[in-house]
Amino acid sequence: MTKAMTGAKMVVQALIDQGVEVVFGYPGGAVLPIYDEIFQQNSITHVLVRHEQGAVHAAEGYARSTGKPGVALVTSGPGATNAVTGLTDALLDSIPLIVLTGQVPTFMIGSDAFQEADTVGITRPCTKHNWLVKETDKLAATLHEAFHVATSGRPGPVLIDIPKDVQFATGTYTQAKQVETHYNPQVKGDLDAITELAKAMETAKRPVFYTGGGVINSGPAASQLLRELVAATGFPITSTLMGLGAYPASGDSWIGMLGMHGLYEANMAMHDCDLMINIGARFDDRITGRLDAFSPNSKKAHIDIDASSINKVIHVDIPILGDVAHVLEDLLNVWKARGRKTNKEGLSKWWNQINEWRNVKCLDFKQDGKIIKPQYALQRLEELTKKHDRYITTEVGQHQMWAAQYLRFEDPNRWMTSGGLGTMGYGFPASIGVQMAHPDALVINVAGEASWLMNMQELGTAMQYKLPVKQFILNNERLGMVRQWQELLHGERYSSSWSESLPDFVKLAEAFGAKGIQCHDPDALDDAIMEMITYDGPVLFDCLVEKHENCFPMIPSGKAHNEMLLGDDSTEGAIQGAGEALV
Amino acid sequence: MSALKIKKGATSHSAYNLRPNYSDTIEQHTLAVLVENEPGVLARVIGLFSGRGYNIDSLTVAEVDHLGHRSRITIVTSGTPQIIEQIKAQLGRIVDVHKVNDLTVEGPSVERELALFKVSGKGENRIEAVRLADIFRANVVDSTLESFIFEITGTPEKIDAFAELMQPLGLQEIARTGVAALSRGAV
Repeated sequence: MTKAMTGAKMVVQALIDQGVEVVFGYPGGAVLPIYDEIFQQNSITHVLVRHEQGAVHAAEGYARSTGKPGVALVTSGPGATNAVTGLTDALLDSIPLIVLTGQVPTFMIGSDAFQEADTVGITRPCTKHNWLVKETDKLAATLHEAFHVATSGRPGPVLIDIPKDVQFATGTYTQAKQVETHYNPQVKGDLDAITELAKAMETAKRPVFYTGGGVINSGPAASQLLRELVAATGFPITSTLMGLGAYPASGDSWIGMLGMHGLYEANMAMHDCDLMINIGARFDDRITGRLDAFSPNSKKAHIDIDASSINKVIHVDIPILGDVAHVLEDLLNVWKARGRKTNKEGLSKWWNQINEWRNVKCLDFKQDGKIIKPQYALQRLEELTKKHDRYITTEVGQHQMWAAQYLRFEDPNRWMTSGGLGTMGYGFPASIGVQMAHPDALVINVAGEASWLMNMQELGTAMQYKLPVKQFILNNERLGMVRQWQELLHGERYSSSWSESLPDFVKLAEAFGAKGIQCHDPDALDDAIMEMITYDGPVLFDCLVEKHENCFPMIPSGKAHNEMLLGDDSTEGAIQGAGEALV
Repeated sequence: MSALKIKKGATSHSAYNLRPNYSDTIEQHTLAVLVENEPGVLARVIGLFSGRGYNIDSLTVAEVDHLGHRSRITIVTSGTPQIIEQIKAQLGRIVDVHKVNDLTVEGPSVERELALFKVSGKGENRIEAVRLADIFRANVVDSTLESFIFEITGTPEKIDAFAELMQPLGLQEIARTGVAALSRGAV
């Protein structure tokens, strides 16, 4: 069935046909025809953000918490350039997004017209793919292809730039099923390689699963298969920041997050293992630390859908190109068919060693006195919210690492954080996106005061759409992670890492019509958190915490996994030489 | 936990790159990249090289299949074996890229480049230029009383050699197309 309609109508029709329910956006001259069509329908809800960066992060939160692509709609020029940070964030964390931008009419492109920017040029390096559509007849097919590209293979953000005259003109609407595409990444892994991995698993004395965001991106089946595999083998499992929740934190084999601020037992296990099974992670520099000292004695297997991730920084012995769920299914079948063997004796010794490392209790802290420790605030938040249908987003910095350490995730898609790009200002709009997808859930953004202020304008959005997002701000009046690095690296010269002239967060909340809560007393914290949870509406929780707390464990830059710092007493001159220049 | 005895707050040095040394050998490879002939596809490929710090020694691009809407980009690049593998994988994941072939490792191949040389001079130099052009099987495609334009085809090395010989004989300008390459054999 082909139908004639305007380009603007095609946009809305294609979104409906693709099952889109929510669009986050901000209107402007070059997208007015699309906004006019949105006005005349009821299938799609449009959420008016307060800044285009917010629209893209909200779409990311929506996507990450549902497994569906997120959609954002912004205008030309500044609308598009404001979306760039969100696009880059989504690219690094492999979040499927469709971002639609308006463009000046085709006959004005290149004339430096009002609100003209070379949007496809600017966003080429920060999207998985992008298109400038110059003919209305091609618009619908491009939209459908965009959804396919964003969600196939390694997911990522795509952008479609639509000139205003293309939106006004009439053309033929192409159905999704009529669209042909050559982009079909391989999902099945090579069986020989999978068998080689199964064999390695049978004899390994010190194996470890090292899982990442790819497990979550692969879908719920991947998490299920991972759990089955871990249960069947009894191997320990650690995860990157992006992969938290794929395996439950309450699971027997869970040894915690790894990496720069990962757990002692997880990093030690990575360093000392003899078989590392990387599932959907990418040997990021926050994970590996010093490359030439990274897990020196292990055989390494790597399951990844992106060939460019394999052997990029770490040489692996068993590369397996494919989708995590597909590969895990085959791996389980092969391993079972070969007799479900593991090296029981080796494994038992390995677990004894891991339990010794666990006894270091690297996350222990002392909450005494009248000042709330940030770790304590998160521990209480965990305790008081863990029974809820709960989603957590974060900003970026110390609070983000503490949240990853002290909150526990039992399921995938419950943890939304900016991992690769480290975007301050991500968490608040992301929480709005999550709450739009899960209206009845408890959505909490764990924030620092400095990050939170970066997209604070979205409080207006939360109020307008009655989204009861909880903003749990660990307020240390510092750019905490910057301060920590200045302490360790720059002679305690705290250059511009103070949050001067902070607003009164309670009054700020009230100015928007939201609820503000301030808490500085450890004894009053539980009641205050309960008040936040039970309040029906957006809450700004200003939790005044210890100002000079550092985040540990920490692998200093340029150091290996077994050279972790565990607490304040061991930080004396922790970083030196080449490590000082690392970020 | 071993104590790290290092002076606290020492000032920074510079060494971001702590890459391990797999192999330091720099190899030159010729890659044939078959792409969808879409606007911006060349920018994607070039942007990949500049954005990730890879080298382009030579680059040629033209449509090779009008009906099928395909262009062929031939890139001569250099790097360690690990970087070359990474370049191929990165090219392969560009949505508009259909196929990446490494002609340097996938069997024997033929490489050719075309170049135009403007050489001006009089007397003995002029005669010598024509004589050498003849040896190199270069054609004269333009001529005045004081100059020639030679057209020469061959491997990049042959063109380099010709350029060296023309230098003292009044070489004014060179225009080179970059390498075009195909694998040998029936398919």
